[in-house]
Amino acid sequence: MAEAVAVTAGKAQPQAPVLRGRHDFPEISGRISAIVLQGKLPRFFWAAFFVCFAFVLLFLYSITYLISVGVGAYGVNIPVVWGTMISSFVWWIGIGHAGTLISAVLLLLRQPWRASINRFAEAMTLFAVAMAGLYPILHLGRPWFFYWLLPLPNTHMHWPQWRSPLVWDFAAISTYASVSLLFWYMGLLPDLGVLRDRARSRAGQLFYGILALGWRGSAYHWARYRTVYFLMAALATPLVVSVHSIVALDFTYAITPGYHSTIFPPYFVAGALLSGFAMVLTIAIPLRWAFAVEDLITLRHMENAAKLMIAAGMIVIYGYASEAFFAWYSGQPYERAMMAQRAVGPYAPLFWIMLFCNCIVLQLLWLRRVRLNMPVLFSIALVINIGMWLERYVIVVTGPSRDYLPSSWGEQSLTWLDFGILFGSIGTFFALVFLFIRILPAITIFEVEELVDEKSGAA
Amino acid sequence: MSAIADIKSVSASDLAALRRAATGREPWRSLDELADTAEFRRFGEAEFPAIAERLPFSLDRRTLLKLMGASLSLAGLTACSEAERIVPYVRQPENIIPGKPLYYATALSSDGYGIGAVVESHEGRPTKVEGNPDHPASRGATDAIMQAAVLSLFDPERSRAPLRQGEPASYGDFLKDMAKLAGGLAASGGQGLALLIEATTSPTTKAQIGSLKQRYPKLRVFRHDPLAASANEQATAKLFGRPLTPIYHFDRADVIVSLDADFLGEGPGRLAYARDFAQRRRVRKSTDTMNRLYVVESTPTITGAAADHRRAVRPGLVEGIAAAIKAALEGGHDAASLPSLGMEYALVDDLREAGRNALVVPGAHQTPFVHAVAFAMNARLGAVGNTLDFIEPPHAMPIDGDLAALCQAITSGSVDSAIVLGSNPLYTAPSDVDVRNAFSKLKLLVHWGLYRDETAFLAQWHIPAAHELESWSDIRAYDGTASIVQPLILPLFGGKSLHQLLAALGGEFDADMQALVRPTWADMDEPAWRKALRDGVVPNSASAPVVVSIPADVGDPAPHAPVTNRLEVRFEADPWLRDGRNANSPWLQELPRPLSKLVWGNAALISPATAQRLGLENGQMANLARGGKDLDAPVWIMPGQPDDTVTLSLGFGRKIGSVAALSGGYDAFVLRTADAPWFADGLVLTARDGSARVVTTQHHQAMEGRAIVRHATLDAFRQDPHFVRDGAPPAPTESLYPDWTYDQEAWGMSIDLSACIGCVACVSACQAENNIATVGPDEAALGHEMHWLRIDRYYAGAVDDPDTFFQPVPCMHCEKAPCEAVCPVNATIHTHDGLNAQVYNRCIGTRYCSQNCPYKVRRFNFLKYQEFDKDSAGPQQAVHNPDVTVRSRGVMEKCTYCVQRVAEKRIRAQIENREIADGEVVTACQQACPTQAITFGDLNRKGSQVSREKAAPHDYALLEELNTRPRTTYLGKITNPNAGIAGKPGTETGDG
Repeated sequence: MAEAVAVTAGKAQPQAPVLRGRHDFPEISGRISAIVLQGKLPRFFWAAFFVCFAFVLLFLYSITYLISVGVGAYGVNIPVVWGTMISSFVWWIGIGHAGTLISAVLLLLRQPWRASINRFAEAMTLFAVAMAGLYPILHLGRPWFFYWLLPLPNTHMHWPQWRSPLVWDFAAISTYASVSLLFWYMGLLPDLGVLRDRARSRAGQLFYGILALGWRGSAYHWARYRTVYFLMAALATPLVVSVHSIVALDFTYAITPGYHSTIFPPYFVAGALLSGFAMVLTIAIPLRWAFAVEDLITLRHMENAAKLMIAAGMIVIYGYASEAFFAWYSGQPYERAMMAQRAVGPYAPLFWIMLFCNCIVLQLLWLRRVRLNMPVLFSIALVINIGMWLERYVIVVTGPSRDYLPSSWGEQSLTWLDFGILFGSIGTFFALVFLFIRILPAITIFEVEELVDEKSGAA
Repeated sequence: MSAIADIKSVSASDLAALRRAATGREPWRSLDELADTAEFRRFGEAEFPAIAERLPFSLDRRTLLKLMGASLSLAGLTACSEAERIVPYVRQPENIIPGKPLYYATALSSDGYGIGAVVESHEGRPTKVEGNPDHPASRGATDAIMQAAVLSLFDPERSRAPLRQGEPASYGDFLKDMAKLAGGLAASGGQGLALLIEATTSPTTKAQIGSLKQRYPKLRVFRHDPLAASANEQATAKLFGRPLTPIYHFDRADVIVSLDADFLGEGPGRLAYARDFAQRRRVRKSTDTMNRLYVVESTPTITGAAADHRRAVRPGLVEGIAAAIKAALEGGHDAASLPSLGMEYALVDDLREAGRNALVVPGAHQTPFVHAVAFAMNARLGAVGNTLDFIEPPHAMPIDGDLAALCQAITSGSVDSAIVLGSNPLYTAPSDVDVRNAFSKLKLLVHWGLYRDETAFLAQWHIPAAHELESWSDIRAYDGTASIVQPLILPLFGGKSLHQLLAALGGEFDADMQALVRPTWADMDEPAWRKALRDGVVPNSASAPVVVSIPADVGDPAPHAPVTNRLEVRFEADPWLRDGRNANSPWLQELPRPLSKLVWGNAALISPATAQRLGLENGQMANLARGGKDLDAPVWIMPGQPDDTVTLSLGFGRKIGSVAALSGGYDAFVLRTADAPWFADGLVLTARDGSARVVTTQHHQAMEGRAIVRHATLDAFRQDPHFVRDGAPPAPTESLYPDWTYDQEAWGMSIDLSACIGCVACVSACQAENNIATVGPDEAALGHEMHWLRIDRYYAGAVDDPDTFFQPVPCMHCEKAPCEAVCPVNATIHTHDGLNAQVYNRCIGTRYCSQNCPYKVRRFNFLKYQEFDKDSAGPQQAVHNPDVTVRSRGVMEKCTYCVQRVAEKRIRAQIENREIADGEVVTACQQACPTQAITFGDLNRKGSQVSREKAAPHDYALLEELNTRPRTTYLGKITNPNAGIAGKPGTETGDG
């Protein structure tokens, strides 16, 4: 096994290489564009897609049911009026973080290893934000009026209520979604040009030709492209921090015990990176294996992602500790009781599973052997995905279920609809990823070519 | 039972079948062919009860065509029901101004006794019941059941037409049968005919039965009143030679001892008693005094919760305790072994010291001995004539026996025709009286009632009753005060009043309802009659106290069986469903029971110790057996329940009526026997596998050491009037947001926790006033109930004998409202007069406001709980208050301080160019409250009632450390325990 060799070889080397083996330009653009253009994808690809599509149908059914019956159909109640719609929203937003971080922040920091994985990480971001964006709307009692959050002239003759974090949230997410989309599309342009040129069918030529916006690859084009791309990266970078900080303010702003904590914004951002990189690994590991691009997306990428995970994860653990500490240090009986109830109350099992996933399993990543073992790394990424969902759910429900007046204490229960929408959205997300792989180059052709160029130049 | 199936079969399917027949391709040859079907008959019955009544049972074609021709041609051509066209009044009826409600005084019956009511009517449609301040049993207050009267009026499942053998028939046919019967009876002198009445205080009913008895000397009258307790009658008959009814004057009582008496929650005088009792517990300054209440009780009640000292004992032990207290009172401390019974001599000293201002109240459900002992103690203390009077029983009437006697008479053949008036003996009979068997032997059984209930299914004739709000009648209150019952609306479903039925029996077939009542009051001239109608009270009709002498020696208690492993069973009427008659009311089903907070079902209440001993947990099924009968019930562990006593509540487990059938619970009548209607020994409990859903609205009972209900003893209050501040976190004073300014009023509310007895009337009143939806048991179990106002009930202290605290929690209308800051769409806003308003139209349902409300007073329409479609909403939509928006799904709602009432008074004040007077705006909860625990008014006005209340030293705001600055504040609860009795802690602010 080439992989195993790399691992043993890796012991001697400080790091696995960003690209493995010898490559040239036509080979790179040919291989990557062939995934899209040859039109024939392996049978398992379509089998997996149709499994995802079944979940898309589940998603559509669940949404239709939810909108026609009402939010009482999933597990919210008084006192726990927020439920999985909010926790899944935060989870998806978190997943949507890694993409922008990889593309924008690593671009600005000139990290060469981002090149092979930034495209699908960005796509993942977009799809995750699309999923995330649906949740707050599905959460509403009257979802068809979601646009009342926008500062539009309306029949009520009033603006949104600016003190509400939900208004900030709405703005933050839509900004993030639009910037991510633009950034991603901008990055796609040169590759769309390659696809247009390589496409044999008229339809393909037209399709990619229109999308390529007349890209010819002239020096002018490249110069302007670089300027805009870096500018967009500079724009997107603060958003990585701002969007999740503002999502965190939804909680922090409330006086509910367990929500009202200043640690939330940084802690949420770290959590977002942790879950984002976990999702990058969840997608990248099967992808590089299935399309045999292990020489383009190498162990170096995987290991770096794992390293970022443990970095972000340790900040998250610090967040857990400080959350507990500040609950105690506040001296407020309500905060203290809520924190104690989190550990021993009705939601305690979820809390302990979350700690196991996010704190204990995470520690395995300190071992290089684990970071380079793809099946194990994949499993850890899955466990962390689950742990991060639980973290958000525990935060959302435990506070209100044990707040100020014990007479109102109560728990919510999950119904099929909670799961229908959650798994439906996961299925839809992956279906979109599959379509993306089918239609657009999942690996940035021109940036990998750059790497090849640099590598051959160095050699 | 095809008959049961019939109830629901008058439905869309019939209509559809009829339409198919009428509009299908197959031509129908004649109208007969189309009309002569069961569907048609049922449809006609449901759609045109008034006409159906006139339809002869076997369809006569000619008559049918005459009556139905027009409708039928419509049915054949286009549609079966044409949309009604509404035209404005051509000539304005007198007194009716559209949009302005009218108020009529009447009285509602409670176990046969009247409680005065003033009913709000919108364009002829009664929507809300208020208490009648002039009526002695109401004094302006109502209870939960009275509030629900308007809902039962519009209940679509009320019986809609006379039924003969279960098939719709006409009232004319019934009268024909009655005429035949009357003819036969006249000859035989009423031989074989029996009336089964309920307890009634109506002078007209009495007079009518009297004249019937004259007409038919052999007519026999039986009374079946499943919730009546005969102990008082027996005791007074023995003591005084004739039954007398005690009237208590709690306003004069300094020391009250209740021997298993729930005088705040049960009995026809409960609202007045609660008012008098609470009046003596209003402490505002350190020189104020309080009464003291000792309660010995056999199941937790709101009276026990209000007690300064409470002792829970098995019901059978009350006799012994009563005797021991009496012996101690007579003979000093050595005469009885009080401490061994868990009582202290201090109680006796207290009674003695209070002298004629003491009062010992025997429980209606207790034995005649307990009553006799209590009366003897009162006599010895000199209380008779001061805190206790006796009057002639308002319900007295010559009776030939009870239900058992009737069944015996039927079995022996001396009765062959029975007319059941109002009651439902097939459901409510004691299990050892085989009513079904006896009634099936009858030649004729006529049932008159609001619903087609269990008894109606057995009857040859069922006649729909007119609702109380549709009837002319008269009724006496607990103290004998008479009221005229006047209708608010014509009978909706063609119901007949009891008086009409009795008149028909006497040969008067087409008597007008009012004409039957008026002669009873012939001594009143027309102005006096009108005044009595307007006031709701017949002046000077209260019974005069009877002078009695009570012998000191009342004998010895019956020996109580030694405590065995067997349990004692204690029956109680469900506080809202009573004997099951209100089981079809969704408001009452969903109204939390005061102590258990159970909704939509009952459970077998057991003490924590008994549960531990038997290894039972909440909701677990248990088999309860006694005397060869048994039932399965979920158990519910009730703090304060006496050990080895199982409390079963009556009124549940009915399968008739779609609302009643929705609720869980068991039918406790199964275990009830005629000889022991209220408590009995020898219950065997066997744990079963599995559990049943028991729905409660409050899952946590302890205050968790938080200063939620702040309380102190009277002594502690005198030492430190500001006790509510002790140990409470300080209220912050800074805020990021600027303060609001109020040019006009600034509304506020004060709730006196010492006065609140937890009766839940306010919650029901709020529901009626504000069109609050009921959600049903499934939704309630999920925590989706909608009540804007809730009564939190906390326990403190030992789990076996806890202190109980009630705290009504409406919206606090915070000055710095957390909800206002987080709503993204301005749906919850601060008004110019201090209300925290919810704008339903703007709400998109983010639920952030509820999330951020520390009091959790906001309620969300998780699903569509109210029907908006005019056609499917049915008659019950008529109960809605037109001044309040009906909310659809997806929007948040909450207490508005009855903003519609504020607006109404403001409009009136502005028209009259004056300020709104203090006390002019009365919220629905405040108006219903029997103890006047709630005060509402303008905080901007110095000296307003509410400002004065809030100036009391023990005024505090709930969770004030959160800087929400609530406008609703509480007066800390002050209790008055006897310092000589150990076990009561002194000052405390949070948990006990």
